[in-house]
Amino acid sequence: MLGPNPYKVAYVQPSRRPADGRYGENPNRLFKHMQLQVILKPPPENVQELYLESLTAIGIDLRQHDIKFEEDNWESPTLGAWGIGWQVMLDGLEITQFTYFQQCGGVDLDPICAELTYGLERLCAFLQDVDSIYDIVWARDPVTGREVKYGDVRLADEQQFSVYNFEAADVQSAWKHFELCEGECKALIERYGALTKDKNEGDGIAREKSRFPLLAAYDLCLKCSHYFNILDARGAISVTERVGVIARVRALAVGIAKAWMDQQYGSENKSEKSEKATESAAKGKKGKLAPVG
Amino acid sequence: MPDFLLEVGSEEIPARMIAGASKELRERVSVLLKRERLEPAGAVTHVDTPRRLAVLAPGVPAAQPDVTEQVTGPSVQVAYKDGQPTPAAHAFAKKVGVDVGRLEKVSTPKGEYLAATVTRKGRSASEILGETLPKEISSLYWPKNMYWRKRGEVFVRPVRWLVAMLDEQVVPMELFGIAAGKTSRGHRIIGNETVPIPKPSAYVEALRAAKVLGAAEREQVIRKALDAAARTIPGARWREDKPLLATVVNLTEFPSAILGSFDPEFLELPEEVLVTVMRDHQKYFAMEDANGKLLPHFLAVLNTAADSDGLIRHGNERVLRARFNDARFFWQTDQKQTLRDRVELLKHVTFQKDLGSYYDKTIRVQRLASGLCEIVKQGGVAVRPGVVHKAAYLAKTDLTTELVKEFTELQGIVGGLYARVQLLDDDLKPEVQGEIAKAIYDHYKPESMEDEVPRTVEGAVLSIADKADSIAGMFALGLIPSGSKDPFALRRQANGIVKTVAEHKLPFRLSEIMTDARARYEGSEAEKKFSNATYAESIRSFFRERLEFYLKDARKYAYDVVNAVLAADSDDVVDAAARAQAVSQVRGSADFDSISVAFKRTKNILRQAEENKRRIAVQVDAAVLQEESEKELAALLPRAARSVEKLRATRSYQPALLEIAKLRPAADKFFDRVMVMVDDDNLRANRLALLQTLVKEFSTIADFSEIVTEGKESTK
Repeated sequence: MLGPNPYKVAYVQPSRRPADGRYGENPNRLFKHMQLQVILKPPPENVQELYLESLTAIGIDLRQHDIKFEEDNWESPTLGAWGIGWQVMLDGLEITQFTYFQQCGGVDLDPICAELTYGLERLCAFLQDVDSIYDIVWARDPVTGREVKYGDVRLADEQQFSVYNFEAADVQSAWKHFELCEGECKALIERYGALTKDKNEGDGIAREKSRFPLLAAYDLCLKCSHYFNILDARGAISVTERVGVIARVRALAVGIAKAWMDQQYGSENKSEKSEKATESAAKGKKGKLAPVG
Repeated sequence: MPDFLLEVGSEEIPARMIAGASKELRERVSVLLKRERLEPAGAVTHVDTPRRLAVLAPGVPAAQPDVTEQVTGPSVQVAYKDGQPTPAAHAFAKKVGVDVGRLEKVSTPKGEYLAATVTRKGRSASEILGETLPKEISSLYWPKNMYWRKRGEVFVRPVRWLVAMLDEQVVPMELFGIAAGKTSRGHRIIGNETVPIPKPSAYVEALRAAKVLGAAEREQVIRKALDAAARTIPGARWREDKPLLATVVNLTEFPSAILGSFDPEFLELPEEVLVTVMRDHQKYFAMEDANGKLLPHFLAVLNTAADSDGLIRHGNERVLRARFNDARFFWQTDQKQTLRDRVELLKHVTFQKDLGSYYDKTIRVQRLASGLCEIVKQGGVAVRPGVVHKAAYLAKTDLTTELVKEFTELQGIVGGLYARVQLLDDDLKPEVQGEIAKAIYDHYKPESMEDEVPRTVEGAVLSIADKADSIAGMFALGLIPSGSKDPFALRRQANGIVKTVAEHKLPFRLSEIMTDARARYEGSEAEKKFSNATYAESIRSFFRERLEFYLKDARKYAYDVVNAVLAADSDDVVDAAARAQAVSQVRGSADFDSISVAFKRTKNILRQAEENKRRIAVQVDAAVLQEESEKELAALLPRAARSVEKLRATRSYQPALLEIAKLRPAADKFFDRVMVMVDDDNLRANRLALLQTLVKEFSTIADFSEIVTEGKESTK
């Protein structure tokens, strides 16, 4: 999302939200669901029309259905990221979050990007006309025609993780994991910071910086966020603590974003590849941290 | 004269913002036309849908009228030398475009000057509109803006097309990189993508053909569609819900409605929960039978023509089923821990960072409410302190429930519902438990001036104590609302206290409630953060404003009556309301008007006396008085004061006011015949004392000098 280069990408990403678990008993809510992310930077003028065409493309005849764009702005205070947009309602079902991103890591985006987040289980259930996500046909044996349902693939997952997230996760350990990840992440950010302060910026330093594992630091930040979510689902974080812990995760994310900008753009390295990494990094943050903020 | 049309085509504007912005744009265009001397022949109207704001002005002058004016140039003395025009004259003639020989002469106080009559051509409407409209459009107020092209260039959502026309002609203009044209767009799915507008007067019809209707028509269509769908269930009707109706009107361009159903087994869940899910999450209207009982059906408003195959109904039913399942999951999960067990959890829920946890608040509110119960009892109002005590203890526990976390708007209500079905205490009578549940259920009420107050006295006392605790804490911290800044909605809470006290006729003085509320913080951690040294004073003026607002806006008393009544006292809500009622009834009668005038004069005289430092006798000495009329008044006042006081003490305000009105002949005579500010110091001091007695003794119900009388302005 950050940076000036035009960019278009689509990818599937699992989103884990421990507090959304329903022991596999709710036909429409999952602790882990799949989302198709589409990011268009800058957004084309006909982005809404393109979006509607994408629905037609997967077999939804819009003339037979009711489509509404209802105000819904996405925001993550933990990341200094926010955007303006809608939830797209198809016959009363929220199928997509449509966001014009305005800021990321506290930085105004220029140009902005449009982000379309399709809820895949819901769309599939809709298309297959099944009442429960678990009844979605996941695969069909080409020889016997036997169906494998989404429930076969995921139900045990939902049941057991709900038990774990709500009841069994060890609070003490989760805090320890959180602190370990946070500590290592912080140390990496600080080491990168020390590199940028090095006055004798020779080839050696430049090389050190360009190969520095910021993405690994980001991975640790995501783990923190996940442990936070587990602790939250366990009811182990008071409202007072909550604000403080969110700020700690935010500090990591903002630190990494800043370092990333320096690593990728500070030395005029604007390759498509680095851009792509920024995108997925930014997206990963959102998917994981949304339930926090 | 051509008709004018402006249409700003946007991506879907949030429903809650459309009506306001649409009116604002109409107003801006209207003011612009007037300012530019292009006033239209007919009324300026507006059309809006989620994707457009449009303004129509019929009969706009094609151009501003020409202006003829006289321009003065150099003085004649400078303009002519030896009867010949000088270069100065020639220059002036050139400037105004008139032959030198045709220049006029005008006399001014400074002498004779050259002059010319020139006509300035009015500019064309097209030119002016094209120049000024972009600024008007981009100045529209939106609660939340975005940018999509360049930073700093903002609107509510991306603007995608513009129509600006004077009859068949495009008004040339550009905004957000879009040039205005003559092509609009129809309904996204069932209308034409492009809709040519031949001329402004054909706009509404062109839209209709493209399946786009104006707001008023959409509302009509929706109401009819809801009625028709509801009629398919015998004896059923849809539940009127104005805010919801406004929302769906602004979510659609071409609406229709469908009836859907849900499994009656969900009716086991409380109606409040079901209705909230339907209304707030799905924007469905609830259905009820003739007795108001919820039915297992709903009505959904669509943004399309019809649901011929029932696919849309099918989809909506499936979504609602999942939503209800979720609500049931929360309900069942919540029952695993009773409200009683949740009190402990409140220690970990912050109320406000400096004011401690909700547990701290619970304990304070409980004590405060108990104290208030005593006052209520002493004031002769029946109350059950045990119910209040228990309800206060449990009131905030629903903040820890899953249902309230999911549906925050159900706070209090959920607590009340759980309190009804859970075991609260081992030997609680069901009837008492019901009362406790009711008090918890109602304790956030009233949430606005239109909202109902709590149903029971117990609920009222709890509601007041809860709100007073918040206000006291915030005021003590110095977090006092100012202007549009009121992040904790303290005004709304104070309004709630005033309304509840008034409608339950509770014997409270506001200052007393707030002093008690402040006292509950004594010795707490929070108190160390308190910084407001003038707590009592800031509370007093804050509540006076709230009471004034209540009497004027909710009770509709005239502003001068309210001012008069509150000048006498603004602390006892019930009493102030009764006095306002009495004063409103006698106001306007001849005697009362005359008394008001007399009080104004009296106050003016006393003020002058004070300004000039004139002595006022401590007591009226009747022997000093000279005129018959003043002796009469002096004799009358103590008697009248006694009978007024007697009536006032029993709150018989209207008879008391009539008693005061009886002073009129004596007062009139006094002012006709007696000159107060005489040179004789002793006489003057006694006359002033007489007037002071009049004001002091008879201003306890209202300060009559505040009353506006015919032909006279208030002294304020």
